[in-house]
Amino acid sequence: MKKTLTILSTFLTTIFLGLTFATSAANAAELSDAAKKGQDIVFDRKKGNCFACHAMAGSKLPPGNIGPPLIAMEQRFMDKSKLRAQIWDATVNNPESSMPPFGRHEILTEKEIDQVVEFIHSL
Amino acid sequence: MKKLLLIMTSIVMVTGFAFNVQADPAQDLRAFQDFYKKKFPDVQFDDFGNGIYALNKQLRDEWEITMEFPPYELTLDEGKRLFNKPFKNGKTYASCFKNGGKNIAQNYPYFDIKKGMVKTIELEINECRERNGEKPLKYKKGPIVAVSAYIHSMAQGKRTNVQVPNNPAALAAYNKGKEFFYARRGQLNFACIHCHGANAGMKVGGNILSPALGQTTHFPAYRAKWGAVGTIQRRYTGCNKQVRAKPFKAQGEEYRNLQYFHTYMSNGVPLNAPGTRF
Ligand code: HEC
Ligand code: HEC
Repeated sequence: MKKTLTILSTFLTTIFLGLTFATSAANAAELSDAAKKGQDIVFDRKKGNCFACHAMAGSKLPPGNIGPPLIAMEQRFMDKSKLRAQIWDATVNNPESSMPPFGRHEILTEKEIDQVVEFIHSL
Repeated sequence: MKKLLLIMTSIVMVTGFAFNVQADPAQDLRAFQDFYKKKFPDVQFDDFGNGIYALNKQLRDEWEITMEFPPYELTLDEGKRLFNKPFKNGKTYASCFKNGGKNIAQNYPYFDIKKGMVKTIELEINECRERNGEKPLKYKKGPIVAVSAYIHSMAQGKRTNVQVPNNPAALAAYNKGKEFFYARRGQLNFACIHCHGANAGMKVGGNILSPALGQTTHFPAYRAKWGAVGTIQRRYTGCNKQVRAKPFKAQGEEYRNLQYFHTYMSNGVPLNAPGTRF
């Protein structure tokens, strides 16, 4: 499973790097206010710091690769509540997850998580 | 509530290595080392002591160039000077350590059955001072690191050889260290094994994560971020703070037990202290 994930993530990163520049500019224009707030949280190293583990459009510092690249989120998470659940506490789905439980451990507030969901869903 | 969370440690054991309280240390050791050997089939066993430089050719090349002028050299010289400098009573550190301190660091930490505790070199440096009428040194920085680095350097090339005697107190200390290593902690909810187990070789932000195997052999080590040579327990402090967990006291029971387990897991890897990490 881990292996498939790694291979998948390398694969996605490759495609993703190609898309980054193409999509990020367009995204910025269309973001809702909530999503814009979410974007700030996602890239704030003291808050979401998501790019420490996930390659994602718009990250200025080098991203990590512990988690899969966050791309095509709308297709992969038709149901926003599943996305929110992953961010609120990743260990529910995967008890061994190394993704911090942003909701359960109050790393982010409920409102901040809603905003992060809006932004991530736009990726 | 926030505070409580920060201090909170959920003792959730992480698999990847089956955690089994009954397992004996020798069995743990085999499973632990096999995991890394399988994960990194191209890394020579002895090279695990070089951390991320065993995994990444480019970083290694840069590192080797810098090593022409090792940044720990002044500290090591100072350690040698202090080690040989007589106390007020005329004795030196050599009088406190077996074999005058030569070729002993590979056996540390060890479990002192009489005292019922894990002993590190730093702890014994201070015991030595007190026995000879000198004030103990502060643990985190300064002269104690230099003396310890010198003692470690006198065992360069010796293979890590930590023993867990078949004694209930020693096994308890070992198990506490093991629990620490596998316990999630801090607001960010990481155990050591999350960063240095299955994710070793992956990147967190700009940092490649080193495998836990071989992490202990080059301490005390110079670290660019510190701009100084520091002990492994200083590194534990940093890794705890990173996940917003409250660090423990240097040379307190928690970190000594952790160091005991952590070093035992690297048995067989040659000592290469002082190391350098950028
Ligand atoms: C320290 C590592 C780490 C951090 C920080 C992190 N994640 Fe994750 N994330 C992971 C891992 C590992 C996975 C893979 C699934 C799992 O183990 O939960 C994952 C999975 C995900 C997924 C599911 C992706 C999919 O394709 O199924 C989403 C969405 C996600 N993370 C969003 C975020 C967001 C948003 C943040 C920041 C607020 C974040 N992550 C921060 C490690 C991390
Ligand atoms: C959130 C991730 C994370 C966690 C959790 C973590 N570390 Fe680290 N650790 C790092 C990073 C990043 C480095 C620097 C890169 C490297 O050498 O691995 C590091 C370095 C180290 C080093 C120095 C390695 C070297 O070659 O010099 C040691 C020793 C270490 N960690 C031990 C631990 C222990 C023990 C724990 C648990 C108490 C722990 N770490 C938890 C991220 C982490």
